Amino acid sequence: MSANIYLHELRTRVRSVIIWSLSVAALIFFFSSIYSGFADQAVLINQMMSKFPPALLEAFGMNRMNLATVLGFYSLIFKFVQICLAIQAGNYGFGLVSVEENELTADFLLSKPVSRTQVLTSKLLAALTSLTITNAVVWAVSFGALAIFHGSYPYETGSLFLMLGSIVIFQLFFLSVGLVISLLVKRVRSVTPYSLGLGFGMYVLDAFSGMFGTSVLEDITPFKHMDPTYMIQNGSYDTPLVLLNASVTLIALVISYWLYIRRDIHAVS
Amino acid sequence: MSVIEVTNLTKYYGKSRGIVDVSFSEEEGEIFGFIGPNGAGKSTTIRLLLSLIHPTSGSAKVFGKDVVTHGTEIRRDIGYLPSEVFYYEGMKVIDLLKYSASFYECDCTKRLHELSDLMELELNRRISDLSYGNKKKVGIVQGLLHSPKLLFLDEPTAGLDPLMQRKFFDLIRQENARGVTVFFSSHILGEVQRLCTRVGIIREGKIVEISDIRALQQNNYKKVNVTADKLNPKTFDLPGVTNVQMENGTLHFFFKGDINMMLKKISSFQVADVTIEEPTLEEIFMHYYE
Repeated sequence: MSANIYLHELRTRVRSVIIWSLSVAALIFFFSSIYSGFADQAVLINQMMSKFPPALLEAFGMNRMNLATVLGFYSLIFKFVQICLAIQAGNYGFGLVSVEENELTADFLLSKPVSRTQVLTSKLLAALTSLTITNAVVWAVSFGALAIFHGSYPYETGSLFLMLGSIVIFQLFFLSVGLVISLLVKRVRSVTPYSLGLGFGMYVLDAFSGMFGTSVLEDITPFKHMDPTYMIQNGSYDTPLVLLNASVTLIALVISYWLYIRRDIHAVS
Repeated sequence: MSVIEVTNLTKYYGKSRGIVDVSFSEEEGEIFGFIGPNGAGKSTTIRLLLSLIHPTSGSAKVFGKDVVTHGTEIRRDIGYLPSEVFYYEGMKVIDLLKYSASFYECDCTKRLHELSDLMELELNRRISDLSYGNKKKVGIVQGLLHSPKLLFLDEPTAGLDPLMQRKFFDLIRQENARGVTVFFSSHILGEVQRLCTRVGIIREGKIVEISDIRALQQNNYKKVNVTADKLNPKTFDLPGVTNVQMENGTLHFFFKGDINMMLKKISSFQVADVTIEEPTLEEIFMHYYE
């Protein structure tokens, strides 16, 4: 790890981190603020929901949510937060080395006396730091917003801790999978389509999994691995799936290092 | 001591050729010219030596160490000026140069300012606002600020105005006088001729000639111009004569062979004017391409 690369990477991502953090904070705050008004009529809402086609509710993962409770409602918000975090982490993952190669600054960096391992480690740690800042904002705003807007309805912090605690594993998954894909394809010209594809793709896999019956496919998506509804219902993580998630992350990282050390950095073509 | 030692180095990008079976070496303190047209493999060779890309086969050593296994160590004493310069667009020149310096153990601040003053570089401008020539100057400063022992210059003068080119060449000569070894890749022969002691010519990925620049000019073709009566293009139809051209009663041709024989042949005419000169590198070079 080289401190100078780490700091440089952090600096280049400052604006992005601020924008993502503010957006996610606004999302949590805004949706939480409508809870107290919402909860008073929750019985009506649940009645209304029961009239929707079950397939539709399943598609949005709302069939098991109880929107009347504070955490049930928060878990709906948390799904949206997860989508944002997935795209942000995917952005950083896909762009980690590909941006420098596209903008051809990789020549500058890699002709310096640093090893590829040092470069990748510094970049990964910087990206993780950036993601952790957003993560910390999510923690703070979630606790703050729920404390303000829970009204007269109680909630237990245990499940909230579980949900928020899963964020870092969730982010690491998209960071490392994004990175390994960017190293496997020949060239990533633009990061956003990839990260949107990965983020929404994984979300859709989870959301629609119920509709297609159980399939192996749904087991690969982090949205399923870290399903907030499961955490609320069981008061724990779905341990096998979380372990599966962590293993995918680990394997993606190992392959990334292997590929990056052997990678040819091409000149202008 | 050989600073660069390249042995049967080969690089294929998938199926397309980079370089094939390239071998040469460069001694300490030399300025080695590496010439060839675009796409001949000049940049590929430099990128291999910097371990930006990995060889398909063969090996290369810099400072006696293998470039694949000891790249990090080697790069401590290398300065690199790429043919196309790209830097972090959002940064200020001074920040980029400081970032560059932060990779080396030396305190390079003094040298950084010396070089920037010399190249008339404005340190507070953003990289994205710089013209191509100014970016090139940033490249020169960042390549030299850590006082490297070996310099890779990949078509360094493109984008520099003639005045800057001259300053740049003076700078390279000064560095060389301090003992810095220079690997100079270019397709502009004039500048190679001005600066280099030895040249390697690369064509379609293969080395076609490695030679002392003097020897290349001397042991090679002579350029002969004869003005005399009764000349026609067939007059000097001797072995060793090529590129015969007739122009306003003057016959121009290249000759390689026994110069005495040529002199006898010329003296058999009533000669109005004769010159026998060493060809420019340009002319030798063109010859290799035919």
